[in-house]
Amino acid sequence: MNIVNALIQGVLLGGLFAISALGLSLAFGVLKVVNLAHGQIMTLGAYFSVMTLTSLGMDVWLSILIVVPAMFAIGYVVQRTMLQRALRMGELAPLMITFGFSVIIPNVLISVFTNNKLQIPIGDLAVASIQVSDSISIGVMPLLTLAIAVILIVLLQLFLARTRPGRNMRAAADDPQTLSLMGVNYRNVYAMAMGLAFALAALAGVFFGIRQGGVTPFDGQLTVLFAFEAVIIGGLGSPWGTLAGGIVLGLAQTVAGLFGPELPLLVGNLVFLLVLVLRPTGIVKSKVAS
Amino acid sequence: MTSQLSADYKVDHFQKKATVVGLVGAAVFLFAAVAPYIFATDVTSAWIKLFYLISLATTWNLLAGYAGMVSVGQQAYIGLGAYGIFVFNDMGLDPYSSVLVASVAVGIIAFPISYVAFRLRGGYFAIGTWVIAEATRQIVIRFDSLGSGRGRSITTYTEDAIYRNLFTYWVALAIMGLAIVATFYLLRSRLGVALQSIRDNEVAAKSMGIKVSQTKRIVFVVAAMGAAAAGGIICLQGLGVASPNTIFGVNYSAFMIFMVLIGGIGTIEGPIIGAIIYFLMDYYFSQMGLWYMVVLGVLAILIMLFLPRGVWGEISHRFNFKVFPVGHQVQPLFPGIKLKKK
Repeated sequence: MNIVNALIQGVLLGGLFAISALGLSLAFGVLKVVNLAHGQIMTLGAYFSVMTLTSLGMDVWLSILIVVPAMFAIGYVVQRTMLQRALRMGELAPLMITFGFSVIIPNVLISVFTNNKLQIPIGDLAVASIQVSDSISIGVMPLLTLAIAVILIVLLQLFLARTRPGRNMRAAADDPQTLSLMGVNYRNVYAMAMGLAFALAALAGVFFGIRQGGVTPFDGQLTVLFAFEAVIIGGLGSPWGTLAGGIVLGLAQTVAGLFGPELPLLVGNLVFLLVLVLRPTGIVKSKVAS
Repeated sequence: MTSQLSADYKVDHFQKKATVVGLVGAAVFLFAAVAPYIFATDVTSAWIKLFYLISLATTWNLLAGYAGMVSVGQQAYIGLGAYGIFVFNDMGLDPYSSVLVASVAVGIIAFPISYVAFRLRGGYFAIGTWVIAEATRQIVIRFDSLGSGRGRSITTYTEDAIYRNLFTYWVALAIMGLAIVATFYLLRSRLGVALQSIRDNEVAAKSMGIKVSQTKRIVFVVAAMGAAAAGGIICLQGLGVASPNTIFGVNYSAFMIFMVLIGGIGTIEGPIIGAIIYFLMDYYFSQMGLWYMVVLGVLAILIMLFLPRGVWGEISHRFNFKVFPVGHQVQPLFPGIKLKKK
């Protein structure tokens, strides 16, 4: 029964990884920017959430309503002021700039908040679970996370397919010059996409913090790898692939956890490398990647 | 046309200048080799750090600046190089030759790894190398003989601190010299031309008959060996590894990137100058602790945005001056013929 439990927990964990990977996938899909600071943006989002809920005494869920738009604004500004300029300079510049952020953010966070884990309280929800059988219980929060991952993917798909800003984003990904000829400022579209990517990252960061029982400054170095692994295992540019990739990674980690407490991270990484060797296009072969 | 071209023009490979640079370089190297007899020990022991920083910057630049492979996972090889010393030292080899043997061993390990890493390109290659570094650390700390997660000390080393310092100094100097000379000759060779064409346009390079994967693989392995040797020096100077998380830490990638960017990516001189700048900054400001890392990150971003050629690249571009001649120039064979300028 242990293995069944591990499988279920693995799928649920996959939801968390999928949320983490969504913003990364969007930024790459639209801007072709590989954001090496994605994990740190997540951590930053979690810290913002902690700040608002401690200083204003509000609920986590309410704090998300503040944090997510705030991170959207930050992403927008970062794209307009820095990354846009870097994009023109080739592939190296955006990589280096986002890597710069990934160094700056955790060190600033330690200096301001110390190394201590900051709690993200969610009340009874943290321990609430559905008892399926003697050995299997499904946590409500992980289930909620997976559900939100699915909802976010559907919403993102609908946004990109049906709405004007979404269609602009897809157009900007294919041909920014032509989009400009149509009277749309592609820089603005790029910045909106990056803002959305930051907002999704912040949301993911809060969920990750909740799962881990709190947030520490260097969490981003772990989560950035999880998010990338989910994207690459799933197949570049495919949101449902990202969910599949997240689930594969989640399963690998929870099943490995049965054999030893220090194994999940190593086995997760090895599974990722194995997928690279055996199926480099990812689970869902995407039209975008090629 | 072609025959006429070859009759009237020749390709200058700056052979004379290369010889002069070689001689001057050899003189500097010799001076550095006898420096411990002239300066106080604490001066030269500080230089050990400078030497391995230059080795790290030079090899990262070879990888990213010349071959276009931006890696943020070179700490995998730094760590393996450091831990390799324990392995070979335990086998009875002295720690100094262990550095070299470990470096070769890491090169052998890096070869199969390249097949995994090359599945990804661009930014995803960067992340892939990072994952490989993490996985390597997670595997290494599973060995009890390597101290598990706690780090380890070298078992047999030279007791006398002055001699120990001297030997470490010489090994570090030799590795730095080797890294620079190897890069210089690699870039002057056919391989260097191939590399730069791959960096600038991989598809075009391939269609010209350049063996892209093979060329990149050579550089990947050489860069891994350089990082491993530097890791070995770090281990020697610390008489062991204090913490696997530090030696396998992504901070080393941050340092390498910073040095290369500030000095000038895609030049031989740039990483050397960048390493010297970083060394001086580290010497005077590292007590700032965490804010020091923040300053490094901010500086790297600013340089990338506003001085993308780096300090040396800007000087070299403005005055059209290079210390290390790795390029080619077409020149008229007879003084009367003038080349059309672009």
